Amino acid sequence: MKVTSANIRMWARLGQRGSFFGAALPEIAKEKKNLKLLTADVATLAGMTTFQKKFPEQFFNVGIAEQNMIGIAAGFAMAGDCVFASTYASFIAVRSLEHIRQHLSHMKLNVKVVGFSAGTIMAKSGISHWATEDIAFMRALPRLEIFSPADALEAVKIAEYAASVTTPMYIRISGGPNCPIVYKEDYDFQPGKLVTLREGEDVGIIVTGLMVNESLTASNILKENGISAAVYNMHTIKPIDEQGLKNIFDKHKLIVTVEEHNVTGGLGSAVAEFKSTLNNTPRQIFIGVSDFLDTAGSHKYVLNVLGLTAEKIAAKIKDEWSNCNA
Amino acid sequence: MILDYDVSLENARRLTEMSKRMRLTALDMALASGNYGSHLGGSLSAIEILAVLYGAVLRYDVKNPQDEARDIFIPSKNHCVLAHIPALAEAGFFSREECLEFQKDGGRLTGYPRRPEIGLEYSGGTLGMAISVGIGLAMSAKEHGRDSQIYILMGDGELDEGSIWEAFMSAAHFKVDNITAIIDKNGLSLDGNIEEIMSLGNLSEKILSFGWHVTECDGHDTSSLLKAFTDKAAGKPHAIIAKTVKGKGVSFMENKPEYHHHTLSQKDYEKAKAELTGGVA
Repeated sequence: MKVTSANIRMWARLGQRGSFFGAALPEIAKEKKNLKLLTADVATLAGMTTFQKKFPEQFFNVGIAEQNMIGIAAGFAMAGDCVFASTYASFIAVRSLEHIRQHLSHMKLNVKVVGFSAGTIMAKSGISHWATEDIAFMRALPRLEIFSPADALEAVKIAEYAASVTTPMYIRISGGPNCPIVYKEDYDFQPGKLVTLREGEDVGIIVTGLMVNESLTASNILKENGISAAVYNMHTIKPIDEQGLKNIFDKHKLIVTVEEHNVTGGLGSAVAEFKSTLNNTPRQIFIGVSDFLDTAGSHKYVLNVLGLTAEKIAAKIKDEWSNCNA
Repeated sequence: MILDYDVSLENARRLTEMSKRMRLTALDMALASGNYGSHLGGSLSAIEILAVLYGAVLRYDVKNPQDEARDIFIPSKNHCVLAHIPALAEAGFFSREECLEFQKDGGRLTGYPRRPEIGLEYSGGTLGMAISVGIGLAMSAKEHGRDSQIYILMGDGELDEGSIWEAFMSAAHFKVDNITAIIDKNGLSLDGNIEEIMSLGNLSEKILSFGWHVTECDGHDTSSLLKAFTDKAAGKPHAIIAKTVKGKGVSFMENKPEYHHHTLSQKDYEKAKAELTGGVA
């Protein structure tokens, strides 16, 4: 897709979800006749109506039946299609889990499981609609690759990549409309390779999804406090970029992982699992959702309660950094 | 779509003979599985269904197993492996000898694998899931104008699983008329009589009310089965409720839930073999 500054601004307004389904998939489907989009009664909400109108033969709404959706997607994939199946991350990653395991993971089928509104963006709806364990569930499944875009442009890049390969995938779409812009201009998206967004000497912040933007702001705050923090965007969570991580471990005295996800089983765990195989690596701080979930309100409010705002992230890192140097 | 099977009595008799050979292979496989045991009961109930499918109904080419125009069979009750593998051997995908290797370390028949090159289309084992896959396959075949029929074998106990009913609903909604779900209604699941464990009620009416065309038949009568497969209705998915007996063919296994999965002793093997060959133990 053509990346212009106007497009970047438009996609940001649409958000990750809107640009993935409303901009990227309709464009990709023009050339890719075996691309199918399946959903479970959330087509309008997810911004799929353009796709649905342009490609009615390639679009299927299965009703509120997430398990059947993944099963049908598997059947299409067995017959040679490239299938995107999508609903809320909170439902698709949990209600459909066995179908994903049995069909996509075990048989390595060409289905892209797209979970949107991941994390805590459904803040006011309450925890039934949050997805803060989805990475953990998906990461345990063999063969599945996991992507988590930092902004709307990266969501578009991931959609293009996903359609170009036959690997089964989980794509974690975060946030709502008006997604903060992380990439102000076009860049070379390389699957499996982390992106250094901010150079820094002291602390290495490894981060994914909406937390990338928060961490960039946190890095600014830290700079004002005399702490130089690098920010690394981990858009690919599985397979994890081992070489990229090694370079980070060599460079920094303190590693911080930040994610809008439970600290159990997510990005932080993936980093720690690899780090534990190496000698002489720095200490790691996990910032994410702990087992505390008893809250609801605006997204900003919830992030603040969970310690996932730029200010809270910076404060936590500042504390840990002073401990490091005490 | 013309379902062009020979439904003559002569063909039915041939399939009955095929079923007899398959039961003997199943018995040999059960013995070969040793202490690990095997799913003999629910395989013996499905023998005639598999014989009619591979002996008459399914269109496949052993020399070109992944031919796009082939019909696809998926056992959702994948533990009917002692019926499925003998049927694939009868069809010529591999030898009868290889059947006995089905639980050997690293073997290509071990662990319900997906190997379309030898006719195993699906890696399953967990219940209630293959019908959805069958619907996707059937919709794709229609979309691409392929005259391919999809057949899914399910157990009656398996119908407790909720996503099966999501699938039933969607097949009618999407007017998928190139799928046939065969229900091996043997009345028993792992814990015993399914009517006591979780009653299915009037199964035929239930499936009918989900918009399917339903045919009931005797699942051990090859002639009745042959006719059931031809009883299709335009624009509707087809369910065949085949009344069967778990453990069919071996008197001491029939209708006994303990033979769902069990270890076959040498003594019982000989007794069963004698019954199946018409001899005396």
